[in-house]
Amino acid sequence: MEFTAIILTLDATLRLATPLIFCAMAGLISERSGIVDIGLEGKMLAGAFAAAAVAALTSSAWAGLGAAIVVSVIMALIHGYACITQRGNQVVSGVAVNILASGLTIVVGTALFDQGGQTPSLSKESRFHALNWPGADSIKDVPVIGPLYADLLSGHNLLVYIALLAVPFTHWLVNETRFGLRLRAVGEKPEAVDTAGISVAWLRYRAVLLCGLLTGFAGAYLSTAQNAGFTRDMTAGQGFIALAAMIFGKWRPLPTLGACLLFGLLDAMAIRLQGVKMFGTIQVPVQLVQALPYILTVLLLAGFIGKAVAPKASGIPYVKER
Amino acid sequence: MSSKNVTLPRWVDIAAIPLTNVFLAFLVAGVIVLAIGENPLNATQILVSGALGSGEGIGYTLYYTTNYIFTGLAVAFAFHAGLFNIGGEGQAYLGGLGVGLVLLAFDHSLPFAVLLPLCILASMLFGALWVLIPAYLQAYRGSHIVITTIMFNFLASALMVYLVVNVLTPVGATEPATRDFDPASAIPFVHEVLGAVGIQMDSTPLNLSILLALAACVFVWLYLWHTPWGYELRAFGHSEKAAVYAGVKTKRIILVTLCISGALAGLVGVNEIMGVQHRLILNFTAGYGFAGIAVALMGRNHPVGIVLASLLFGILSQGGAELSFEIPAITRDMTTVIQGLIILFSGALVHLTRPWFERLFAFLLQRRPAAATQGA
Amino acid sequence: MTFPASAADDRVATPGKAPLSPDVAAIELRHIEKRFGPTIANRDVSITIRRGAVTGIIGENGAGKSTLMSILYGFYQADAGEILVGGQPLDIRTTHDAIAAGIGMVHQHFVLVDTFTVLENIMLGREGGRLLRRGKAAARRELLRLEAEYGLGIDPDALVGDLPVGAQQRVEILKALYRGAEILILDEPTGVLTPQETDQLFRILATLRARGTTIILITHKLREVMAITDEVYVMRGGAIVAHRPTKETNSQELAELMVGRKVRLKLEKKPATPGAVQLEAKNLGLKDERGVACLSNINLTLRAGEIVGIAGVSGNGQSELLEVLAGIRAPSSGGFVVRDRNITPETACDPALMRELGVAHIPEDRHRLGLVTRFSAAESAMLGYQHEAGYRKGWLLDNRAIKASCDRLMEQFDVRPRIADLRSANFSGGNQQKLIIARELARHPKVLLVGQPTRGVDIGAIEFIHSQLIAHRDAGCAILVVSVELDEVMSLADRILVICGGRITGEVSAADADERELGLMMANARRGDDDAVPGMADTNMPDLKQSQATI
Repeated sequence: MEFTAIILTLDATLRLATPLIFCAMAGLISERSGIVDIGLEGKMLAGAFAAAAVAALTSSAWAGLGAAIVVSVIMALIHGYACITQRGNQVVSGVAVNILASGLTIVVGTALFDQGGQTPSLSKESRFHALNWPGADSIKDVPVIGPLYADLLSGHNLLVYIALLAVPFTHWLVNETRFGLRLRAVGEKPEAVDTAGISVAWLRYRAVLLCGLLTGFAGAYLSTAQNAGFTRDMTAGQGFIALAAMIFGKWRPLPTLGACLLFGLLDAMAIRLQGVKMFGTIQVPVQLVQALPYILTVLLLAGFIGKAVAPKASGIPYVKER
Repeated sequence: MSSKNVTLPRWVDIAAIPLTNVFLAFLVAGVIVLAIGENPLNATQILVSGALGSGEGIGYTLYYTTNYIFTGLAVAFAFHAGLFNIGGEGQAYLGGLGVGLVLLAFDHSLPFAVLLPLCILASMLFGALWVLIPAYLQAYRGSHIVITTIMFNFLASALMVYLVVNVLTPVGATEPATRDFDPASAIPFVHEVLGAVGIQMDSTPLNLSILLALAACVFVWLYLWHTPWGYELRAFGHSEKAAVYAGVKTKRIILVTLCISGALAGLVGVNEIMGVQHRLILNFTAGYGFAGIAVALMGRNHPVGIVLASLLFGILSQGGAELSFEIPAITRDMTTVIQGLIILFSGALVHLTRPWFERLFAFLLQRRPAAATQGA
Repeated sequence: MTFPASAADDRVATPGKAPLSPDVAAIELRHIEKRFGPTIANRDVSITIRRGAVTGIIGENGAGKSTLMSILYGFYQADAGEILVGGQPLDIRTTHDAIAAGIGMVHQHFVLVDTFTVLENIMLGREGGRLLRRGKAAARRELLRLEAEYGLGIDPDALVGDLPVGAQQRVEILKALYRGAEILILDEPTGVLTPQETDQLFRILATLRARGTTIILITHKLREVMAITDEVYVMRGGAIVAHRPTKETNSQELAELMVGRKVRLKLEKKPATPGAVQLEAKNLGLKDERGVACLSNINLTLRAGEIVGIAGVSGNGQSELLEVLAGIRAPSSGGFVVRDRNITPETACDPALMRELGVAHIPEDRHRLGLVTRFSAAESAMLGYQHEAGYRKGWLLDNRAIKASCDRLMEQFDVRPRIADLRSANFSGGNQQKLIIARELARHPKVLLVGQPTRGVDIGAIEFIHSQLIAHRDAGCAILVVSVELDEVMSLADRILVICGGRITGEVSAADADERELGLMMANARRGDDDAVPGMADTNMPDLKQSQATI
């Protein structure tokens, strides 16, 4: 493969991995605190819709982003309330969030725009744009460094850069702050936190809120940056793929980033594979190419690449035992 | 007086609390309907009359109910073992494929009496096969069954599109679907059967596979509560360690449970392909798999509850279709919203209403002893 | 009743605080009441804890002592009554309040995060700032200072999960001291310690007492109460039934106060007449998933009509040994023979097979293995035997037969309440254990494996269970008893094997058994926990071996 093709593929990788990165970091924070979150998909979908709808109505991408965050956080709080205060089954709650989001986005969308659930196509002002780094144009023709700087590094959407920054931020938050220490403790042994006089519930709520914040970004990216509007079920399982990336990354920010990039790479290459003939005559079915991310997810979860150990208190509602 | 002193009577647990949860879900749904500018009471009236107000409505309602029973049983069965099978959508799809393949091969050559059991077996086999890999991965590699089954739902979609469009559709067809099957291979419609004995009924998709659904309920009830294997399954669901102590093999029981669960979901294919469509088409599963989760939770994972919950969902489906004719603003997606709300209230928030009942009973009991202790 | 002067008078005044008069009690609980639903956990409890003394609170399981301490530590709020700390009434609503009042707790089941270091565990909750980096240096200094002052040497950067149990307990104590605890509550501290580690703990407590720390010891072990406390409160059924200065009482009296009647402390049994070999383990070994050996080179023989006891501190392989012999885990090397059937690493491990061979298993973990708590008693009563013909009619289960069988078992073993449909969880610990034992003994097994038969069981049921085991021994059963209670092993067993670090480190006949010697065998070759506590001469601590009672 020639150099420009590689650069373009890597470029696409970053763009395609961005929603995964946001969701994976969101899921990571939640799960490290002991709350399993299957509902990343639903929160992202709801956020995507909110961003597109508000952006269409106000012509402002930033307002859309704000709306996406608000909606995601609300759904995160519902999940949090069910799991933390009501001690419900966390997986069931996540599934409820997903199905609710799937239905509500269409119901509200139809009521607002009457286009069968879609939002109207967003105009240029209502979307996020590529940010060009200084000097990108002038360097562009310099061999190797040029395209690397101009195409791969520069020229991405603002939200892509935010996603990449979210990774070291998450790492710092979880490992270097007091909040992070307590977060990790509550995910491994909530009794230790409780007996130290710290509220287990409040810690977990904060984790869930952060999760909502990040999935809001993911949703806004999908509908106002990567695409120009919201369409039915546009998340297409990426929330689950992000979960798989998180498990593969063993709940650590940096390896998780690697997994997300891997999926992004696969997706980027898949677009190139469409229409390609293997062994000269057999055409790769387009459905197989579409199915590749899901197949890879299953393979990753099958743990052929090492078993992953979740935070010990993950998925178990905390009840004061005496 | 502390309400913690009160132990609630059994009927509250079995009926009152689940019904309250469902009521709350509908309440929220009503608020949403209001928010999009429609009248929820009006909508409810249209919904109920559309579903139950005519022979045709009832027929359709019961036809939907059949599918919900299958997928609800599938989810509930696995739940008893502590396993969450969300792959009902894909397993039902593949079950239909199994039926379709058998019929494509034998619909002209074998009599109905042979075709029917063959198709039932095929649907169960294909449904079970589709859950086999996720089940194996859960049992042997600890991979989270929820994520793998969801992935397999997506894979089922892709596979079926490929197969139906590229392999099974006859050349020159206008839409992706197989040829029509031999009419003699179709499961009789209920309106046909009733017509044969002189009872008039409008034509609906309701067919005799509803009897199969009820038989499946009986099977599940017997298996879970009246066989040693069901005992082991339930023990495993409550406590894996106790089950191992009792001689249960963990890996085996995960596999067997999930395969039976997948088989139950696959039976949707019998209803849809052999009973209604009479050819293999795309997307006939139409959300039954996910609805099954709501049905199972609402029915508290018991066959009787599942039948009742399936009936409710059947009413929702048929009534919802009527509703979207009369009030275009309320589309079929509203049913999805209601499903989500039911899963939320009957599943995750299942304990929400309990303290309310405890307080109510504490209050009621407070008044009675005063009479009893006078003169003591 | 005047109490003897304690070392509190010699203590060093805490810097920054005016020394309180010795007459003011450290803690006073007045008329505490607490209910959980219909159960009254604490009933009009009034206790005065003298400053600088060691006060013991004893009682059986369910007597209410843990609840009382939970109220003191802020876990629960009392329904009625008041708490005074240092003479001042205090409303303890949360653990935070308790910690602020200088109350620290060392829990029975440690609340440490295994994946954190010692330093991180101690800092948790008192990190000294939003960013960890700043707080860590100061925390480390303070930790090392505390370790030196109290002689609690531990590496601050060690991972808690890798530490031996005795060391983990020291981390718990350090946690409390780090937060400025002046009153230390220890909840059943010695359940997981060898006798030598227990001595070590008591030396630490003596140092703490010398420095003016008030200590409350919650336990059901009379021997320790007699050894270390200055005064003792006895609780029964949620109320205080007695208050004695330790010097004026003895184990027998305390046991009777705990139970409420005369207790026969020593078991009467005839000498054993061992018959044919029923089970023989040869060179049995077991490795866990990480390849660490839990069992090495185990050789043991079980004969009919004999009780073999396995003594050892919990965590030394005895649980794993039971699991292997019961068929729950496969051995990694060697094997054992039951009734001419050879079980090796190649044979698939199978509890059902062991039952077929006549091996019954009363598991250590009653709640998770022995019963299904959400099943009815009738269903729990057939756990493990669900395929038996007697429970079936063709392919289906015969619910009537199942219920009748349960009724019979409950009758035989006096399980109360006698309701077969009642959920297993609603029976008391003792009755649950009796049901499990009834189930396992009902088929007159050739071999009986028993783990912790009387843990969490009240004294009345203990007597019954012990006598049943002896009766079955006399009828020819080969019994293996694993217990962390040395007294139980010594009174039940005819032959005692000591397990330590996964190996059998000694064997004595019951008649020749000496507790001191057994304790040494139990501590043999342990992974480096026995560092002598530096600079700790015994103060006025009575000798541990004085008590006569065997309970």
